[in-house]
Amino acid sequence: MHFANTLRVALRALRRNTLRSLLTALGMIIGVAAVITMVSIGSGAKAQVEAQVASLGQNLITVMPGSYSSGGMRGGFGSSVSLTPEDADAIAAEVANIDGLSAEVRDRNQVLANGLNWNTNVNGVGPDYPYVRNWPMEAGAMFTEQDVKSLAKVCVIGKTVADQMFPNEDPVGQTLRIRNLPFRILGVLSPKGFSIFGSDEDDVVLIPYTSHMRRVSRRTSISMIRIQAADADKVAQVKQSVEDLLTQRRRGREPDFTVRTQEELASAATATAKTMTGLLAGIAGVSLIVGGIGIMNIMLVSVTERTREIGIRLAIGAHGKDVLTQFLIEAILLSSLGGLVGVAVGVGGSQALSSYNGWPVLVPTTWIFISVAGSALVGIISGFYPAYKAAQLDPIDALRYE
Amino acid sequence: MSPVVKIQDLHKIYESGEVPVHAVRGVSLEIQRGEFIALMGASGSGKSTLMNMLGCLDRPTRGTYELDGINIDELDRNELADLRNQKLGFVFQGFNLLARTTALENVELPMLYGRHRKVSMEKIRERAMHCLEIVGLANRFDHFPNQLSGGQQQRVAIARGLVNEPQVLLADEPTGNLDSKTSVEVMGVFQKLNDQGITIVMVTHELDIAKYCRRNLILRDGVVVRDELVADRTIAEEEMQRIKAAEAAAKLTHQAKPGS
Ligand SMILES: Nc1ncnc2c1ncn2[C@@H]1O[C@H](COP(=O)(O)OP(=O)(O)OP(=O)(O)O)[C@@H](O)[C@H]1O
Ligand SMILES: [Mg+2]
Repeated sequence: MHFANTLRVALRALRRNTLRSLLTALGMIIGVAAVITMVSIGSGAKAQVEAQVASLGQNLITVMPGSYSSGGMRGGFGSSVSLTPEDADAIAAEVANIDGLSAEVRDRNQVLANGLNWNTNVNGVGPDYPYVRNWPMEAGAMFTEQDVKSLAKVCVIGKTVADQMFPNEDPVGQTLRIRNLPFRILGVLSPKGFSIFGSDEDDVVLIPYTSHMRRVSRRTSISMIRIQAADADKVAQVKQSVEDLLTQRRRGREPDFTVRTQEELASAATATAKTMTGLLAGIAGVSLIVGGIGIMNIMLVSVTERTREIGIRLAIGAHGKDVLTQFLIEAILLSSLGGLVGVAVGVGGSQALSSYNGWPVLVPTTWIFISVAGSALVGIISGFYPAYKAAQLDPIDALRYE
Repeated sequence: MSPVVKIQDLHKIYESGEVPVHAVRGVSLEIQRGEFIALMGASGSGKSTLMNMLGCLDRPTRGTYELDGINIDELDRNELADLRNQKLGFVFQGFNLLARTTALENVELPMLYGRHRKVSMEKIRERAMHCLEIVGLANRFDHFPNQLSGGQQQRVAIARGLVNEPQVLLADEPTGNLDSKTSVEVMGVFQKLNDQGITIVMVTHELDIAKYCRRNLILRDGVVVRDELVADRTIAEEEMQRIKAAEAAAKLTHQAKPGS
């Protein structure tokens, strides 16, 4: 039969049973919509994590206290007291191809200003910190090397702190009290958003790490060192040099630090998102299979129910092949139309989720094609057996069928 | 002129049940072009079985069948389908129209297969419409079977049988489910087609219906026991006029009553 005619015959047959066709396609619609929505949520999450990793800075290497030993992680990050400002100085002085470096001491403190008080992260850092974190100032300036050396009582504040403490005025030049010590505000950082761990990056006050250690936290060790390599292909080399230098400085003691590149950090972070995406897509895929079984079921029922119709067609000259293609096309039309509607529903649903819940969703185009092609394939697979059964009928038997 | 149908010693034995049923036991028959045959016989005498073999729907157990010079024994499943499509029109016992499909689409059906595969939909539609005109149902082309009377459904089935311009039109009890007036209507269509040269073979139980045909065959226990030409053929048109006149008379008397 002419293909256009076969198509017409199949469409007529579907139209004759509009409700049943719709119900059959519904399985496919739900399956594909689920796949699209799940994948969109998954890849949205992954993209967000990637963006956050990128927002850490560029070509970044971090040194943290604590280490991995062959038996697994020992002590955990930050539990050791071994990383010192001297380590940071040594790295700055001896390792080549470094663009920027900042020691970092983390703490949480109550801060006071303007008659208001606020609990925030008070971090001690070096003057390179905004550069290393790729985090420009919005107003004012960062403190200097001189401030670090002189244990100056100066600070720059994040956007959230600025908004909370100085809702109606310019914070630059004002005073912020940390542990009752007055710190002069030199500048305000531009907004950065949320970190990988979901915390508000802008909820921060940065002071010289020396001032932090001597005047605020009275610690002797630092929380981490952030290093920016000069170039993407220098990262590995810098990492190696840092490890060598620190090991050498430990003089045979077991290494009690961990050096990680941003890439390693990123892959660890995105691995979770990837697993999640895979899991979600897997669940959605199951519903796609269920949709396919639904189509197969309906097509089988329909072959039995339409035995007489098949008999008539065969009696007036249809070849087995014509009946086969008709039923196959019916199945494919059902499933791929269901797939297309499913894509629309899935895309719409993802957008709705994103605007309603504020979830980051990203509809990947490849998955749209995969879903539509996949649903057509499901149609072929689930439609073939019923179609084959129909084509094998004997016209006389089929006509006699009650 | 060579006969359009030529069967020799045709047998059909059904092996499906516990005891084989010998439904047709040696029928030999020649049908010339333009004949109009009624196949009669008691229930179970093998009429449908013979018709199914004539219609190439079923293969004989034994014997030869030549349709328009082609020995159907040598044809495979698909070739048989093409033969049915091109040379035969079949009007089934009990209409067998596709449900929820318009009259026109039902008539189009045979043209979607066979040698018409490449014909455009417009041409197909045109031809189907023409066949509906022949049976007088052009104005009902977009009706579904369940919106048509029995006689109208039967005429749609006839139009479907005609649409591929068959050599032979086979009809299994075309008037079986119809009242006498509708039967006359259908026989009128057949006679008109036969006058145009189409060969028709039909099965009937009713003697007066057989009278519309030119030749009567009587089957008993799978063999032809009588084969005769109809001497005094009934003409459907005249019969129709008689019925109408009778109806009008009935109406008159009926209407006269309340007035009197
Ligand atoms: N598929 C079949 N399997 C077994 N036996 C069959 C089959 N079809 C018909 N028969 C038998 O063959 C014989 C002839 O049947 P057929 O249908 O040809 O009769 P018929 O003359 O058309 O009868 P009717 O006037 O009732 O339609 C019957 O005895 C019937 O039981
Ligand atoms: Mg019969």
